Amino acid sequence: MASSATPVLEVQHMTMRFGGLVAVGDLSFTARRGEITALIGPNGAGKTTVFNCITGFYRPTEGMIRLRHEGGSDYLLERLPGHAINWKAKVARTFQNIRLFSGMTVLENLLVAQHNSLMIASGFSLFGILGLPTYEKAQRAAIAKAEYWLDKTGLTARADDPAGDLPYGDQRRLEIARAMCTDPVLLCLDEPAAGLNPRESLELNTLLSSIRAEGTSLLLIEHDMSVVMEISDHVVVLDYGVKIADAAPASVRSDPRVIAAYLGVEDEEVGEVEAEVGLELTS
Amino acid sequence: MAVASTPALPSDREGVAARAGQALKSAAFSALVMFGLSVPILLLRTEQSDAGGLILVQRWGLVASACAIVFAVRLAVGLAGGRIVPRRQTAQARGAVTTAADPAAQSGFRLATIAAPLFVGVAIAFPVMIILAKGGLNEGRYWIDLGILILTYVMLGWGLNIVVGLAGLLDLGYVAFYAVGAYSYALLSTTFGLSFWICLPLAGILAALWGILLGFPVLRLRGDYLAIVTLAFGEIIRLVLINWVDVTGGGAGISSIPRVTFFGIPFTADEDGFAGRFGLDFSPMHRIIFLYYLILALALVTNLVTMRLRRLPVGRAWEALREDEIACRSLGINTTNTKLTAFAIGAMFGGFAGSFFAVRQGFISPESFNFLESATILAIVVLGGMGSQIGVAIAAIAMIGGPELLRNLGFLKAVFGEGFDPNEYRLLLFGLAMVLMMIWRPRGLISVREPSVVLKERKSISGDLVKEGHG
Repeated sequence: MASSATPVLEVQHMTMRFGGLVAVGDLSFTARRGEITALIGPNGAGKTTVFNCITGFYRPTEGMIRLRHEGGSDYLLERLPGHAINWKAKVARTFQNIRLFSGMTVLENLLVAQHNSLMIASGFSLFGILGLPTYEKAQRAAIAKAEYWLDKTGLTARADDPAGDLPYGDQRRLEIARAMCTDPVLLCLDEPAAGLNPRESLELNTLLSSIRAEGTSLLLIEHDMSVVMEISDHVVVLDYGVKIADAAPASVRSDPRVIAAYLGVEDEEVGEVEAEVGLELTS
Repeated sequence: MAVASTPALPSDREGVAARAGQALKSAAFSALVMFGLSVPILLLRTEQSDAGGLILVQRWGLVASACAIVFAVRLAVGLAGGRIVPRRQTAQARGAVTTAADPAAQSGFRLATIAAPLFVGVAIAFPVMIILAKGGLNEGRYWIDLGILILTYVMLGWGLNIVVGLAGLLDLGYVAFYAVGAYSYALLSTTFGLSFWICLPLAGILAALWGILLGFPVLRLRGDYLAIVTLAFGEIIRLVLINWVDVTGGGAGISSIPRVTFFGIPFTADEDGFAGRFGLDFSPMHRIIFLYYLILALALVTNLVTMRLRRLPVGRAWEALREDEIACRSLGINTTNTKLTAFAIGAMFGGFAGSFFAVRQGFISPESFNFLESATILAIVVLGGMGSQIGVAIAAIAMIGGPELLRNLGFLKAVFGEGFDPNEYRLLLFGLAMVLMMIWRPRGLISVREPSVVLKERKSISGDLVKEGHG
């Protein structure tokens, strides 16, 4: 972990209230550059709320979310308008329930992701309408980038099919490819392995690792422990909107508080319950 | 009517006799329903008596013919074992993978590629064909006027298609921009004496400005709420036109709007007129034919720009917005600006069409811009298939040309009696056509979507997958 010194995302004292409900309470954590940080927790722990705050769909009631680029520029995500979080701060996300443009082809989905750069190349449609070559060139480059990600996600053969026609696993991968086409510094994945079979899950691990190798940091919410334990460098555990653990995967899996949260019992009873269900996680 | 069209169940075991019985029964039932419907609609008619008062005339013969026709048609359908309501096919039932190669989708796609040049060719040759067929310039006037009317609606349909079909924003007040365009030309030309060719772009720009003005407050709204606000906007514009008498002339409208010129040469009978300069015999039809080609050119420009925009990032963003607004935001698309451009560009074409309307009529009043116009244009877009250019053109021809066709069905008098005027049944037939469309083509005439960019193989996308937008 040579890069542990440079954080890419710092969440500081973030609180999100919905009326009287505190969905996330005073959460602070750091995601480091070039690492995969996993955000886990039982159902209703507030993981997706954290995601929505980071990606601008909610404004946190309190706290600060700072994103650092390698060049040194900082972005306070809670202050940026929704679309600027992707375009300026370079944070991309996927959704728990897949949100593809189902009536558009796979390739079109990937080109929509490159909207802003293409928009500039087309002179905000002016050059494009006149058919100037600058735009044609930019579109060819955009298609080349799309092809690169199609190849990486194994979807090249389906490029001209409507996205809504793809099988579930392909749709998940397409959503990741689409997010990657926005050249993100931080990629946030909301349950990327949900609904995948073990083989697809394994492919996903390879894909995520290769995205990390290309220099994009990842933040992922996941229930599938095989994904979390295998590929994440760092795990943050939430329970009832509060952070209960923040460490490397190996130490998180043996943390009695985490196990208690997942089993839904008090800390002191963990030993008993584990014996009952035959679990021997606490080595 | 839904009960009446419940299909007879053909089964091998029942045999022919049973099926005939079934068909007879359902035909009798349909005839009964028709009787129930036709008694209040067709039976009674008020006529002026010789004494000057109104008397009721009973038309049992007409009711009987209507019931007989329904009975015969239903019986024929029942005996043929046909189903009136096609089996519903869901995307899941057909299997996810086959949708792209759906034969219906592919045939619609082929139709669109072959029909487009054909339509343009026919549209260009139309005045010549009419004049040759009718044997003179003046005799073809009715048909060329009709062509101008249809093309105006084609253009309006294409303009609204940007907002409703591509961006998926339901706009019930599109006629407001038509009105803005018409009044812009009328006021600019009568007040400042500006020519049509200067006013045309100005009218487009003004309409686009109004589109943005409407866009700002409605950006947060979706679905029904958006529809209501746009409807209100259309009415507000109309009411302003009626009540701001000092500027707009109120309900009396604006008259003696300067006529169109042939790029500066007026269509007048004197030496300097179009006919005089080109050594032709003067005919008022020159202006009409010029207007026809003018609206054809404007409509084709609308189409060309729309097709171009669809292949540009802004067009793709419109369609993406129709598919999923939240995903758009997560990809860094400024949804506010994207919606505003859709409103503005749609409104701009409405404005162009409006100033054409003003220059053609020479007189405009708020009466021409009521809600029914908006509804007609929206119906053209929806019937044509949202987002399909060729579908909108076909729907405009059917919606505007269809009722005109009714005027020319003299032979029906032989069936229904001398006093029968098919034109009276315009709205009834319109409703019937709507019901049939809902049953057979709920997504419009052309429901397939053509991809805007292709890597290897061009495949059209079935309408089942394409979303209609949030409102």
